[in-house]
Amino acid sequence: MSLLALQGTVELGIIYALMALGVFISFRTLNMPDLTVDSSFTLGAAVSAMLCTMGHPFLAIPAAMVAGCFAGNVTALLYTKLKIQPLLAGILVMLGLYSVNLRVMAGRANIPLINQPTVFNSLQGTSVEAQITWLLPLIMLLGVIILLFLFLQTRFGLVLRATGDNDQMVRAVGVNTDTTILFGLGLANTLVALSGAMIAQYQSFADVSMGVGMVIIGLASVIIGEVIFGTNSLLRRLIAVVLGAMLYRLVIAIALHLGMPPTDLKLVSAFIVTLALASPVIKEGLLSRRKRSRQSVHKEV
Amino acid sequence: MLEIRGLSKTFSMGSINEKLAVDEVDLTLKAGEFVTIIGGNGAGKSTLLNCIAGVYEADKGSIVLDSMDITYWPEYRRSQYIGRVFQDPLKGTAFDMSIEENLAMAYAKGKPHGLQWGIRKADTKKFRDHLARLGLGLENRMKQKVGLLSGGQRQALTLLMATVVKPKLLLLDEHTAALDPSAARQVLYLTRELVEQHQLCTLMVTHNMKAALEYGTRTIMMHDGRIILDISGEERREMTVDKLIDLFGRRSGQELDNDRLLLS
Repeated sequence: MSLLALQGTVELGIIYALMALGVFISFRTLNMPDLTVDSSFTLGAAVSAMLCTMGHPFLAIPAAMVAGCFAGNVTALLYTKLKIQPLLAGILVMLGLYSVNLRVMAGRANIPLINQPTVFNSLQGTSVEAQITWLLPLIMLLGVIILLFLFLQTRFGLVLRATGDNDQMVRAVGVNTDTTILFGLGLANTLVALSGAMIAQYQSFADVSMGVGMVIIGLASVIIGEVIFGTNSLLRRLIAVVLGAMLYRLVIAIALHLGMPPTDLKLVSAFIVTLALASPVIKEGLLSRRKRSRQSVHKEV
Repeated sequence: MLEIRGLSKTFSMGSINEKLAVDEVDLTLKAGEFVTIIGGNGAGKSTLLNCIAGVYEADKGSIVLDSMDITYWPEYRRSQYIGRVFQDPLKGTAFDMSIEENLAMAYAKGKPHGLQWGIRKADTKKFRDHLARLGLGLENRMKQKVGLLSGGQRQALTLLMATVVKPKLLLLDEHTAALDPSAARQVLYLTRELVEQHQLCTLMVTHNMKAALEYGTRTIMMHDGRIILDISGEERREMTVDKLIDLFGRRSGQELDNDRLLLS
């Protein structure tokens, strides 16, 4: 793999890590399988691309984040107020957002950003022009990690984390779990939309189906990070998610480099996540088999 | 302090499984009163507590706590004034968070839950003192996850969390039932200590008749959703488990055939 390709992989990894952190918030902190991610990622990209075509690449980023936040809020309200199962609530919002995304993109399935201003080409002629593709996402990612790390230790951050652990206990200390879930899913999808917004400008296009399977990629990143880098402390968990996202990108890049057709990407993603989710069962199965075989050896003796 | 009037709760109303769990219950607790509740399975003890805590909304009647009508308040809002310990030791704490973080959440009860720092230095010292008083050595394990604690330790921690901000009412729902005998005894001692220390108005459901008479200042017995016995003072001091079983038979019109009640 060439150095340039590696740099591209790292850059993508940094941007996708933002999405993975969002998935970490919903899956791990709130313990909710939030499928909104697939469409809030696209929503972020769509909003970002449209604002770029209107000449506002910088405004595009916060606008996309606000849109993503609303998407997460809707899922939260379906769950808390209308008592729809979280999985279904996410799917409903995902479905509905598909149409919304097409509307945002003015009915087109694809918005190219060739020759449009983006945050990446806006600093042309300055000394950081060559580094901007990784510097800007990196600064953003570091900022998000620091803010998340601090936020999750505030009073509200504590009850947010406890909501996924034990919502009964959160209500018993006088906090409305509907509020924590509303805010938590909002935050999660804000990060996802931020990631989508950056990807659209980085790749110079937005596509209505670019978010398909995004939740699985995010989950893969979270799990890979946990397995390899551990879950000992809060900071470590956050960094593990980021490294997991990078590693996932790297694995995909190597697979593509070795000749895997890009159309097989989703199948490989699904396989990786299945393996990661099943790892406790597989481990246990192997252990018990070893135990059994050891016992049968004893019998023969 | 607590005034319950004509409280009723029916589950699965209108269906074949309709069950009247609490039936027109009237109950008044004075400030500082420690009431133990006994009764067989399905007598309505837990439902009564859950109606007070707001887990279930009452069908009829009213609940007034310290002259606030909380009958229709949501659960989380009542929790500002009510401390709770559950039967399941897993229910009272967040297992993936540290002892310190759990205490911090309980300590912030009734205060705004905004972006203030979760655990301040001054709080840490206070938490350490509180934990030391439990006598379980938890003050040296404050950074450890609650998931590593035993059931008894967790219930002790939950008790502390329920009382660290003085509640107007403490609800204990068979909080020692899932523990082994020695841990159960320890948690009961601790309960008495905390209740007496803070002069807490307390409702404790128990399946242990001996404990029901030994702890607290007043004992009520429930059957089929109603209070069939309410004793305190002299009458309670002279009460024995045998007399209690006899009374149950006469008041409820049936034999007390609950193994769990008799054996313990």
